[in-house]
Order: sequence, then structure tokens, then C-alpha cells
Amino acid sequence: MSQDEDNLIDVAPGVPHSNIVSETVAYVIGLALALILTGVSFWVASTSTLWGPGVAVGLIVLAIAQMGVHLVFFLHITSGPDNTNNVLALAFGVLIVFLVMVGTIWIMAHMDANMAPDPALMNLQMQH
Amino acid sequence: MSTDAATIGLTHGGSEDTGLGHRAPESKSIVVPYGFWLFVLSDMILFSALFATYATLVNATDGGPTTNELFDRNLVAIETMALLLSSFTCGLAMIAAKRKNMTWTQGWLLVTGLLGAVFLFIELYEFAKMIGEGAPPQRSAFLSAFFTLVGCHGAHVFVGLLWIGTMMAQIWAKGFKEHIMRRLLCLSVFWHALDIIWVAIFTIVYLIGTLP
Repeated sequence: MSQDEDNLIDVAPGVPHSNIVSETVAYVIGLALALILTGVSFWVASTSTLWGPGVAVGLIVLAIAQMGVHLVFFLHITSGPDNTNNVLALAFGVLIVFLVMVGTIWIMAHMDANMAPDPALMNLQMQH
Repeated sequence: MSTDAATIGLTHGGSEDTGLGHRAPESKSIVVPYGFWLFVLSDMILFSALFATYATLVNATDGGPTTNELFDRNLVAIETMALLLSSFTCGLAMIAAKRKNMTWTQGWLLVTGLLGAVFLFIELYEFAKMIGEGAPPQRSAFLSAFFTLVGCHGAHVFVGLLWIGTMMAQIWAKGFKEHIMRRLLCLSVFWHALDIIWVAIFTIVYLIGTLP
């Protein structure tokens, strides 16, 4: 199948390209990028040369980058001319995931700060 | 029936066009993986709820063991490697399956399943070790949330292993038929998605949980 023919066909998530070399190379590139990002994540988490409070944020950024690598190189979510449906579904999924996680963490952290008894008070009660 | 009539939509003519003046639904090879992709995304939304629960309860240790005391980064690194490599070999199996190469497809699927099994065994070892150290799910809210989140991912991997075995048998028995290929494609989407969720787990639970 020529490249032109391939471009005319709708591509579903996970469907690879048409050439065995380019397909394999795409997976190898994906694996290499994922390995690098994983390695950097573990290094960032264990080194003490970086500014401590920023490490957690950096790790989350690295994780999001690696998820992107997986989506592009392993799930082929961006390849093919008719990927709009797949990407739109993904965008909606990401929106809901974001709302659930950030919403919960935000609200529950405030609840915790506003409603938990004073730790000093807890200690007093324990002593009686 | 002339092909001209088929072209202008007067007849089905073997094509998938209904001839009613608009396009018929996409072929099954598009619709099935798309529907499965929607399932995978809804699965990720389920996991987002478990992640949110975990993030809320991570400090609720009730005087019991904390993340820093429990987690072993070396084990997590091996688990991560196993799952990442299995995601890669799953892709290679798909490349071989597309070329209807039985030996390589079965071989890569087997490697994928074995790496998945390695991952699962290490995870179960970790769980057993934690429970032995007095950190079972009922010890604290943090541990309940931990076992729910990581255990749910492990259960998915287990189902994936069963699915891989099923697909190997089906490819062996029925060959690379169209519906078998659709199932195989869904399996690969599922397996890659599990690795994406694991990226979030090893970052949020294990790495951020064991920061000095």
C-alpha cells in the first residue's frame, strides 16, 4: 500500500502505519523517549541537587510528558487524517479527569484545613 | 448491476454505502476500536476518582506506617521496566499480526504476557510484604486508598493477561481474520492504556510518596 493510499484511509486508535520499518522505528522512538522520561523521573526523585519543593511539580510534568509519548507513539492517537474523533474523545476524557482530580483535591484540602480540629487541642484531649 | 450505479449511490453494489444519499456508519474496523477507546477513556475517569481519593487520604495514616516507610523504589523501577517493555512488545506483536506472521505475533504476545506476569508477581509480592509488616488495607484510610488504587490497576493487568492468552489461542485456532484483528487491536489499546495509568501511579504514589 502506498503512502498516498494510506492517507485516504480512516485510522482508529492503535492502528499502525503501513511500512514495517517506519512502524518499528516509531515504537523504538517511543520506547526510548519513555525510558528517558522514566529515568529522569527516578533521578529527579532521588537527587538532592534540585530545589526540594519543586520536585513534585517536576515529576508530574515528566509524567504528563510520558503519557503524551505513549499516546502518540504507542496508541498512534495523532496519526491518520480522521483522528479528530479519537482526539476529541481524549480531550473530553482529559477534561473530566482534570475536573475530578483537581476539584476533589482542592475542595478536600480546604475542608481539611477548615474543619479538622486544632492539633494542639487534639493533644490536650488525648492527655485527659 | 453496473458499477456506475453503485458509484452514484443507486445500489449497494457491494459497497457499504446505503444509497440513501448519506454515508453509512463507518466500517467495523473503525467503529469497534473507537467504541473501545471510549471505554478506555471512561476507565481512566474511574482511575482519576481513585487517584483523587488517594491524594485526599494519603496523610490519613492513623499512626500507622507512612508512604516513606512502606515503598521500595527499586521494586517499582523493575515493575515500571516490565510494563513499559511489555507495552513495546505488544506494539511489535501488532506489527507482526498486521503482516499475518504467526510465529512473530505469538512470540511477541507471549513476551508481552510474560512481562505482564512479572509485573503482577512483583506487585503481589509487595502487597504480601506490606500485609506481613502490619500494613493491610484495613490499617488506615491511606492504606485502603492505596490498595484500592494500585490493586485496581493490578486487576486490570490480570484481566489483560487473560485476554492476551485468549487472543493467542484465537489467532492460533482461527487465523488472522478480520474480527480477530479487531479484538487484537482493542487488546493493544487496553494494554497501552494500562501502561499510561501506571505512569501516573509510579509518579504520584511511589515517587512523590517517597520524596525525602
